[in-house]
Amino acid sequence: MEALIKVKRYNPEESEDTYFQDYSVDVAEDSTILDSLIKIREEQDGTLSLRCSCRASICGSCSMRVNGSAKLVCKTRVKEISPDGEIITVEPMGNFKVIKDLVTEMDSFWSKMKSIDPYVKTSFEPEAEHIASNESMTHLLGVMNCIMCGACVSECTALEVDSTFTGPAALAKAYRFVADPRDEEANSRLGKLNENTGVWDCTRCLACVEVCPKDVAPMERIVKMRDLAIEEGYTNTSGYRHTESFNDSIKKHGRLDETRLALESTGLLNITGLIDLAKIGIKSLFRGKLPPILPHRPKDMKKVTSIAERLDNQGKEEE
Amino acid sequence: MSKHDLLIIGAGLAGLRAAVEGVRQGLNVAVITKVHPVRSHSNAAQGGINAALTDRGDDWRDHAFSTIKGSDYLADQDAVEVMCREAGDAIIELENMGVIFSRDDEGKLGTRAFGGQKKARTYFVGAITGSALLHVLYEQSVKYNLHIYEEWFVTKLIKEDGRIAGAIGFDIKTGQMEMISAKAVVLATGGAGRVFEPSTNALICTGDGLSLAMQAGVPLMDTEMIQYHPTTLAGNGILLSEAARGDGAYLINSEGERFMEKYAPEYMELASRDVVSRAEQTEIDEGRGVDGCVFLDLRHLGKKFIEDRLGYLQEVALEFRGIDLSEKPIPIKPGMHYIMGGIKTDLNGATNVPGLYAAGECANVSVHGANRLGANSLLDTIVFGRRSAIESVEYIKSVKDVEIDPKELSKEKSRIQSILDRPKGMRSAELRDKMGSTMTKGIGVWRDTDSINFAIEGMKNVRGQLSNVYVENKGKVFNTDLTSYLELEFMVDVAESICQGANARFESRGAHFRTDVTTRNDKDWLKHTIVEYNGEELNTTSEKVTITDWEPTERVY
Repeated sequence: MEALIKVKRYNPEESEDTYFQDYSVDVAEDSTILDSLIKIREEQDGTLSLRCSCRASICGSCSMRVNGSAKLVCKTRVKEISPDGEIITVEPMGNFKVIKDLVTEMDSFWSKMKSIDPYVKTSFEPEAEHIASNESMTHLLGVMNCIMCGACVSECTALEVDSTFTGPAALAKAYRFVADPRDEEANSRLGKLNENTGVWDCTRCLACVEVCPKDVAPMERIVKMRDLAIEEGYTNTSGYRHTESFNDSIKKHGRLDETRLALESTGLLNITGLIDLAKIGIKSLFRGKLPPILPHRPKDMKKVTSIAERLDNQGKEEE
Repeated sequence: MSKHDLLIIGAGLAGLRAAVEGVRQGLNVAVITKVHPVRSHSNAAQGGINAALTDRGDDWRDHAFSTIKGSDYLADQDAVEVMCREAGDAIIELENMGVIFSRDDEGKLGTRAFGGQKKARTYFVGAITGSALLHVLYEQSVKYNLHIYEEWFVTKLIKEDGRIAGAIGFDIKTGQMEMISAKAVVLATGGAGRVFEPSTNALICTGDGLSLAMQAGVPLMDTEMIQYHPTTLAGNGILLSEAARGDGAYLINSEGERFMEKYAPEYMELASRDVVSRAEQTEIDEGRGVDGCVFLDLRHLGKKFIEDRLGYLQEVALEFRGIDLSEKPIPIKPGMHYIMGGIKTDLNGATNVPGLYAAGECANVSVHGANRLGANSLLDTIVFGRRSAIESVEYIKSVKDVEIDPKELSKEKSRIQSILDRPKGMRSAELRDKMGSTMTKGIGVWRDTDSINFAIEGMKNVRGQLSNVYVENKGKVFNTDLTSYLELEFMVDVAESICQGANARFESRGAHFRTDVTTRNDKDWLKHTIVEYNGEELNTTSEKVTITDWEPTERVY
């Protein structure tokens, strides 16, 4: 079977410009994209650089963009991407600097991982093992499955606009400690994660959940940590106020009161924040983007109220 | 030039465990590794880690006996005693570091059964035990703020006045070559699976440490002992863990028979790996396989059980073969998996070169002898990684700084440059494939004089062609074309030593099964084979096996 692969090339020793190079390679029917890239490197072009090791989706080396979205190429079959021999485009991950060709600079990834204090903190030293329920340990397996490949970071839309965001991989790792019954620092961890660049900076776009090759579902862990932080009483954040204001607005008006949402999220006592907001308000006014002062009311307010009530009750039942 | 007390080469479980210990002991420690620590191949160990925990009625001596019987009496029994005695503490320490081991109903560590042992004493994290351990040790390396030369490739060990003085390596990201001085060095570079094709091993398992040690004058021991794992996928050789059989999976042939009944009526699918692999190969050779494979059957275990305890296996089966293990048996065959042999060390990881230690798969202490039990490899890395660092402490205190001749670096730089300057020739992958197929054919599940000679001759040919290989990429930045070639040089050294070991051992023991001498010969061969490079050629000698309490008897499963 012939695989047609278009690879984004970059060699800083030659030029600052990137370019695409087309390869055609003969591979077996069930070959993966990694098999094809290795074959290209070994038989056609020794200058092509990529990271790879285990070939079995456990080492996390070979995350790359395939047709625009991050994938672990060792577990992505050529057939699945290109059933009829279509050209496959392979690029390095997004949100990372590129070292050469498909190899990205992972320093920012590891330093963010380190920033969440990624180790169990406990002062208790049992004579034998800690006693913990199997359920609590099995629950952590979901996050422990993370192989730190960076696919989620590559596609994170929040990171795309704000490189200081801790990001989905490090936050998923943080959840592994927050939810570990042996860790004694869950509360202070949540406090730190609640600050700027932490859990509230996620835009909940779901990209990380979609691309994760190990079903770690980083966004779900982030949302869970928001809930846990609120439960622990960390409510002095724009994120928490945003959530509350959103909820109130729907219940009261049946739709979003954007002006109030902006004011309440910022915090009515947050003077510098309000001044910044006012600047944005004035700009919006001149561009005709200012939301209405009072929101419009939907025709059938009762329906909205009953949905809101039902959701509230459901939430209580789940707790 | 950077200076450290202790330089550890490799950042898998053995390397990281040694490093953590070194830091705890107050040493200036650095780790140098060609991949980021969490990319190391310790990741791939799936099933678990063995230990006899005495507080639940287990006895380390039972574990030791199973290990020794599994080794076909080639393991040094004093080394096995050390490993099995320290296993309990090692597991508890790992748990305390944060490993999320599966639990029993009381919330204590839970076990699963594994091959070659009557008692279930394998502690595990789903089917990702190695990965879970590796990530926790990486967490510890962050906690201890460990100095790591990440993505650095070591090309040579440096000796001065007969003792170790450091290593030379280059930063793969920039090509910058440097000398790193160290009073002591631990080799923890893992296995050499890529010498064979196919292999379950990652592409990074190229025997770097074995070759580095050999070139530094350290003998390798029992290199002929190559483990063929009974359950690997045909084609790419990816591993399906023994945990499947530990948790109750069957092996069946094309007629649907559980054929292990004929070969190991008592242990069935959980006989030692060499025994199961030979049984499978016999079934295949006698025409009861399909396309060179027999089958691993998990259907009776049920979907939920499979997904809860063997999730990674299900993932591999689905992704790579499109098979749901709860619905269909999956075709498997014996595949090259592990090298029991390696750098000869004492019980504390020390080699014959002062200041040079080795731990993990690259080392041979020897605890695995002629056949390693499943779930003993992780234990080996943790126990002997720690011991080698502890052993280095006194040595480091006792020696002065070493002055390294700066010419060493310029010599190594020009050696690498001369490789880059070679005229257009053969690509390294072509020669590597030749080596892989030669070794698989010659040093397989079955061997005999002819096949071993075939491998020896084949490797002579490969060695001869090595200087015809050229590196197309002349750049400095992330030149994997160059590292692949250097890895091939390492592998050729290892392959030759494997051939020498196999040639020397004229008996069948454990994984070394010769069809021309099918029995074990304790009278002449209760011995380790030793292969040593004297600067010109390989010399083969032998050394007695240490027996303590367990006299060799017939090995029946």
